[in-house]
Amino acid sequence: MAAHAASELWQLSAAEASRLLADREISSVELTDACLERIAAVDDRISAYITVTADLARQQATDADRRIAAGDASPLTGVPMQIKDLLCTNGIATTCASRMLAEYIPVYDATAVARLREHGAVLLGKGNMDEFGMGSSTENSAFFPTRNPWDTGRVPGGSSGGSAAAVSAGAAPFALGTDTGGSIRQPASFCGVTGLKPTYGRVSRYGLVAYASSLDQVGPIARDAADCALILQSIAGHDSRDATSLPDAVPDYSAALTGDISGLRLGVPSEYFAEGMDAGVRAAVTAAIDQLAALGAEIREVSLPTTQYALACYYIIAPSECSANLARYDGVKYGYSHQGDGDMWEAMERTRQHGFGPEVKRRIMLGAFALSSGYYDAYYHKAQQVRTLIRQDFAHVFEEVDALAAPVSPVVAFPIGERTDDPVRMYLVDVYTLPVNMAGLPAMSVPCGFSNGLPVGLQLIGPHLSEDRLLNIAHTYQQATEWHRERPGI
Amino acid sequence: MAYKYETVIGLEVHAELSTNSKLFCNCEVKFGSEANTQTCPICLGMPGVLPVMNQRAVEFSIRAALGLNCKIASYSKFDRKNYFYPDLPKGYQISQYDLPLAYDGHVDYELDGETKRVRINRIHLEEDAGKLVHADVTGNPNQSYVDFNRSCVPLLEIVSEPDLRSPAEAIAYWRAVKEILEYVEISDCNMEEGSFRCDANISLRPVGSKELGTRTELKNKNSFQHVMTALEYEEKRQARILDQGGKVIQETVLFDINTGRTASMRSKEEAHDYRYFPEPDLVPFEVDAAEVERIRAALPELPAERRKRFVEEYGIPTYDAEFLTATRQMADFFDETARLSSDPKGSSNWIMGDLSGLLNNAGIEIQDAKVTPAHLSELIELIKNQTISGKIAKSVLPDVFETGKTPKQIVEEKGLSQISDASAIESIVDQVIEENPGPAQDYRDGKQKAIGFLVGQVMKATRGKANPQMVNQLLQQKLTG
Ligand SMILES: [Zn+2]
Repeated sequence: MAAHAASELWQLSAAEASRLLADREISSVELTDACLERIAAVDDRISAYITVTADLARQQATDADRRIAAGDASPLTGVPMQIKDLLCTNGIATTCASRMLAEYIPVYDATAVARLREHGAVLLGKGNMDEFGMGSSTENSAFFPTRNPWDTGRVPGGSSGGSAAAVSAGAAPFALGTDTGGSIRQPASFCGVTGLKPTYGRVSRYGLVAYASSLDQVGPIARDAADCALILQSIAGHDSRDATSLPDAVPDYSAALTGDISGLRLGVPSEYFAEGMDAGVRAAVTAAIDQLAALGAEIREVSLPTTQYALACYYIIAPSECSANLARYDGVKYGYSHQGDGDMWEAMERTRQHGFGPEVKRRIMLGAFALSSGYYDAYYHKAQQVRTLIRQDFAHVFEEVDALAAPVSPVVAFPIGERTDDPVRMYLVDVYTLPVNMAGLPAMSVPCGFSNGLPVGLQLIGPHLSEDRLLNIAHTYQQATEWHRERPGI
Repeated sequence: MAYKYETVIGLEVHAELSTNSKLFCNCEVKFGSEANTQTCPICLGMPGVLPVMNQRAVEFSIRAALGLNCKIASYSKFDRKNYFYPDLPKGYQISQYDLPLAYDGHVDYELDGETKRVRINRIHLEEDAGKLVHADVTGNPNQSYVDFNRSCVPLLEIVSEPDLRSPAEAIAYWRAVKEILEYVEISDCNMEEGSFRCDANISLRPVGSKELGTRTELKNKNSFQHVMTALEYEEKRQARILDQGGKVIQETVLFDINTGRTASMRSKEEAHDYRYFPEPDLVPFEVDAAEVERIRAALPELPAERRKRFVEEYGIPTYDAEFLTATRQMADFFDETARLSSDPKGSSNWIMGDLSGLLNNAGIEIQDAKVTPAHLSELIELIKNQTISGKIAKSVLPDVFETGKTPKQIVEEKGLSQISDASAIESIVDQVIEENPGPAQDYRDGKQKAIGFLVGQVMKATRGKANPQMVNQLLQQKLTG
């Protein structure tokens, strides 16, 4: 172990662990045990996990060690991971952090999960989140809020807060999250880890419990860009079970990490540096852009004029889709079911009344209203038209630049409870991440400094299927900086 | 119907497609299986599942649409139709709202010797729902159960314009649609199993008025008779309301088979805002014009064209042609028999007469019978070449029907060949004349009728195998000669 800088196994990144496993310097069982011990040590303070699958993890680690010994390993074989509880895991509770599915056990694996399992990754457990992915702070979990490892009085962001907090605190080398309006990037930013939301359709949505079907996407949360490349390699690609998954060939993401971005045309959208932004965030992101310029990028100021409409547009489209996606939870087939003396209709109403939390109900009602007869044209239809404009805005900008650099969120992690009474103030936290989902583009969150001791994330946005380019920009930046190596003292 | 009102009816016909697998998953489409055995996470609407389009269902739909003279949309999409019901696993049905697969068609049908036309507004493809089972399984009579075997089975909805002017027209049109769908082989249209059903709407307006009156709706009917009775009842009920100066309320009415009456169905199942929006899990699909032409070229001859051809090509009566085209299989059977035997009218007589009788008694369809067109044409041939008489043939057919052996085999095995050898018959004729001197004398005395008795005696002696014409001739020669 002398050759390695990390003094504890749980501190290893996925790529480092992969190398040590392949070289037989460590075993997956040792690594998995170290991670499980780390979870036991910190999770009572951060609550990143809804379920810890210790026995299964040890079994999978043993299998992985056998595979490695047999020379039948791929890079993630034996590397432990956490999966957001919105992704179905065969035989393991998948709660979506909702009372509705508190005891629901899927009979199949989500495609992304199945692919990681095939590669021999080890499942440590399921990550806490905002109920059904609806929220920006993980305070909407029906079970408990997750706490930010940098300051346990603060939120980890959301909705993949449990995943970002776990990776940040060393309670998982990497995690799989989902991003509908910023749910990978924003918590990655708040927790000081690296997150990637791939192009819509790059990773299969099969087995991702739907929140907003036209926006949802699965992606990695990890220590750095190199890890994200490794993980994306395993989960990306066409899936015949998802009609919206893209047929395009998957490039070699690790090979794309050249460390060279000279000549890269990097756009900085002025709309992403609006009033009300934390001064510390502005300073850190500006410094990161300067750093990228120093590394050879050509910085250009650009404009995305429809940015201001993205939030309103998102809060019509996402709730509309969610109002249908969550209609299946009626207590008839699975999950929570209200038992009482009333008739069938009353049973269904009570099931939904008690099974869903307030934010979920708020969004279902918003969506049902936006779709209702007489309002459809003014809301849903109009929002779809605006969405087209947002997409066109990005398309125009990407004629001039290769990628965009911006903050992930205008703020850093805020105190628990600070925004729960004001939904709109909570929604504003995602104002710079939502437009990307509206346009179906890939984007990353890369640690780029601190504001008042709390991590700040740089957002990199690229055109359709430019994950390899974004990963290389992030990797090049991380080769030159140490922000991604900073760990909370928990 | 009261003279002062005109009845206006429109039908929405639902036909389950007989594809091997369901519309959005790989489950088998099979009727009569144990509850919830033809299911998977997708058709049960489990969390995280996604629909994937069955391309065969699109092809089947296009076949149906072309059969109903519709235009095929070049660009079509699916939408979500939102409503809660325990048999609807996702809480929404994947259907088509503003861009249906096909539109602007028509169906011609016959009623009382007149050809009438109904315009078809649109045809769309959607998934079927499961089924509530009201059975006392646990000892609690208040509990209901859900069977999702039918969930996600492809369902075609054919929406007519309100062109029907009487319950009888509605039924005739509905039958015509059934016939066409069976012909293009996209649905088995089994009404008892619920794979072919309809919603009907009916309104009345003063004769001469162009405006439509307020309509009531009848849902989910799978019997011609029920729809007929229900529409007739509604027709009278609405006329009575209008006569009294009242207003018909737009609503869905329930039809009670036992009383033959309809009743209002005011419940929360009624007030629906389906909140349609485009299905984000499926991409809109384009139908290639060349593909449509390929399907059109492979389409079988439809019943109306076929009827016309049967009359023109084979010279059979219109009545026969209608009977023979009732099912595609029957028409195929006739077509082949007529061609093989070169005796269309004979073929028609046999199929409409003896063969239909046998099929009815056995309770089977022509395609399931052991008799083939080759058998029937052989039988016709045996009569024509005087191997057997028509009467013997009538006794041969049931054996063919029963055993599947060829008529020739049966004739040989049973020794039924007609005796056409003059010398063999001659000796029997001589014998009969000798044994029946009375009738023989009567004939000689000019009583023409007496010969019938003598022919009968010869036939009896030959167990019907003698060629009756030859017997007749020989008798005449002997008695007059
Ligand atoms: Zn199925």
